[in-house]
Amino acid sequence: MVPLIKIEKRNDVPMALYFFTPFIAIILTILGGGIIFYILGFNPIEALKFYFITPISNLYGLSELLLKATPLCLIAIGLSFCFKSNNWNIGAEGQLTFGAIVGGGVALLFYNQEGFYILPLVILAGAIGGMIFALIPAILKTYFNTNEILVSLMLVYVSKLLLDYLVVGPWSNPEGFNFPETRQFSDSSRMPLLFEGLRIHAGIFLALAAVMLSWFVLYKTYLGFQIKVSGLSLKTAKYAGFKGNTMILVVFMISGACAGLAGVGEITGPIGQLHRMISPDYGFTAIIVAFLGRLNPFGIIFASLVVALTYLGAETAQIFLQIPKYTGQVFQGMILFFLLASDYLLFFKVKILSLKKNELRH
Amino acid sequence: MSLDISFIGILIGSIMASSVPLILAASGELITERSGVLNLGVEGMMIIGAISGFALMVITDNLFIAIVGSMLSGVIISLIFGFLTQSLLTNHVATGLALTIFGIGLSAMLGKNFVGIPGKEFPVLFSSLRESIPFFGPILFGQSIVLYFAFVLPFLTNYFLKKTKLGLVVRAVGDSPVSASNQGINVILVRYCCILYGGAMCGLAGAYLSLIYTPQWIENMTAGRGWIALALVVFATWSPIKVLIGALIFGGITILQLHMQAIGFRIPVQFLSALPYLMTIIVLVVISRDSRKIKLNTPTSLGRIFYKEK
Repeated sequence: MVPLIKIEKRNDVPMALYFFTPFIAIILTILGGGIIFYILGFNPIEALKFYFITPISNLYGLSELLLKATPLCLIAIGLSFCFKSNNWNIGAEGQLTFGAIVGGGVALLFYNQEGFYILPLVILAGAIGGMIFALIPAILKTYFNTNEILVSLMLVYVSKLLLDYLVVGPWSNPEGFNFPETRQFSDSSRMPLLFEGLRIHAGIFLALAAVMLSWFVLYKTYLGFQIKVSGLSLKTAKYAGFKGNTMILVVFMISGACAGLAGVGEITGPIGQLHRMISPDYGFTAIIVAFLGRLNPFGIIFASLVVALTYLGAETAQIFLQIPKYTGQVFQGMILFFLLASDYLLFFKVKILSLKKNELRH
Repeated sequence: MSLDISFIGILIGSIMASSVPLILAASGELITERSGVLNLGVEGMMIIGAISGFALMVITDNLFIAIVGSMLSGVIISLIFGFLTQSLLTNHVATGLALTIFGIGLSAMLGKNFVGIPGKEFPVLFSSLRESIPFFGPILFGQSIVLYFAFVLPFLTNYFLKKTKLGLVVRAVGDSPVSASNQGINVILVRYCCILYGGAMCGLAGAYLSLIYTPQWIENMTAGRGWIALALVVFATWSPIKVLIGALIFGGITILQLHMQAIGFRIPVQFLSALPYLMTIIVLVVISRDSRKIKLNTPTSLGRIFYKEK
């Protein structure tokens, strides 16, 4: 008897497996992380405990988890519109930054004023900023046929350099001893905190609202239907008479607005001013979140919590084990590797056959 | 500051030195992309090359092993990308991003014990000629072998793509994988080779940074050069010779910033730093608006998954 592996293409993707493979990816990532810690000379069980359990074993940790999951969830929700319709917006980091610049600019206008209207204005400005910035790759794609992957990516660095220029130059705090940062925003520009002593703020409601809205738009409206059909087959979408260009602009605007909201949530939430480091690459990591959440609004909530834990765990491991906090990225990269790899099971059936030797000779 | 002739010579020499990692990484990525594969993991592969080159130099005290090792580590890490995209048919964009994120994290993990260790002096060639010939001396002589290799590489790449049979195979695979496959070419194998070659060049580009350009290990020391190299391939419209020119322009912008700061020139440095990205977008618009032009310049199947029914 000779065992033989046969690979067959599946005709349709089993839905249960579709939502199950992310869990396989997470388990494999934890195992892979354990192996890496072992190689580096740490006790893998202890290191993983500091990574995934210690950070969320108290109320402060849980608040930090939600704080980090909020921008990830918001951005990934926006990206799901783009990815579902086959538009590869990978510049969410730039849209986040530009949203923060515009929102932060409005907040700085009111730096010495108080008023209930200020925060809504700042939030709105941030969303519009992100939207406008996302329109650049969208317009170039629709009118000049440019590749949106490359344009949105290039714009990330343009917006980061613009932020750098502003906080060093014209917007830097006049009383700030030349530190690369702006004035502190007034209290009216800050997100209300949900609990005394914890950093979790009202921005989480923006994320939850985005989840609900996106579920409604994607599954209950004509636009959502168009997005899904275009994602499955551009030819079908054209045949059905959908206006492709309008849809591209719309999904990029949604995506940019969400990223802009995430940016403004960060600067009006935990940060309270503009400086260089407003985002630890949330815009890129959110791409992992969108994939891990299977572009499904509720899947994205779950995925944003998982990925937020890799950020938080990395910080804890740095404090307790002196492992560089960049290890969070090792986990994030691995999650996406394993997820993409396990997708193979979705499209192909792996059959283990047992044949007698003489049958093989044919 | 005097703008005498010898100063200009030194300036050109330093522009060349700063363009080396861009030339190496972009030439490697160019071959990968010409075969139809978009690998966004350049930054990740470079940083892995940088740390493994430096670590090997510290451990073995042998620069040759360090250089070769950095290329090998680039090959190994690009193998992850190759296996996922070619054998498991994953999306190129997502896999490449994962590679960059993973590479930056892994390099910091591996490099933990190498922070603060001083580098070793890398031998330069013809250093006596550097001093004795004004102007041309600092440009042409007293540089490392990697720099000379980098400046020859675009011409070799051009020759390979245009004049050799293998180069034709690579281009055929990138432009029309289905017909190439029908001609009996093993598309997946060709793409694997191009991905691994790209990995080796990115590894070398990283090692140039940590062994020669600024001989030490700093976390995240590639500082976005991988993304500039990616931009450069597009900027050069997938042509090796234009990669060389583009790298000198982009490298020149970096050096210009330093000198403009020094003489107190009042253009914000950030605007200069943004130029490579903006120029790349403009080039993209120019080549993309005309569908004939884009067919001439871009590998047609770039970033698309190829699957052959068995």
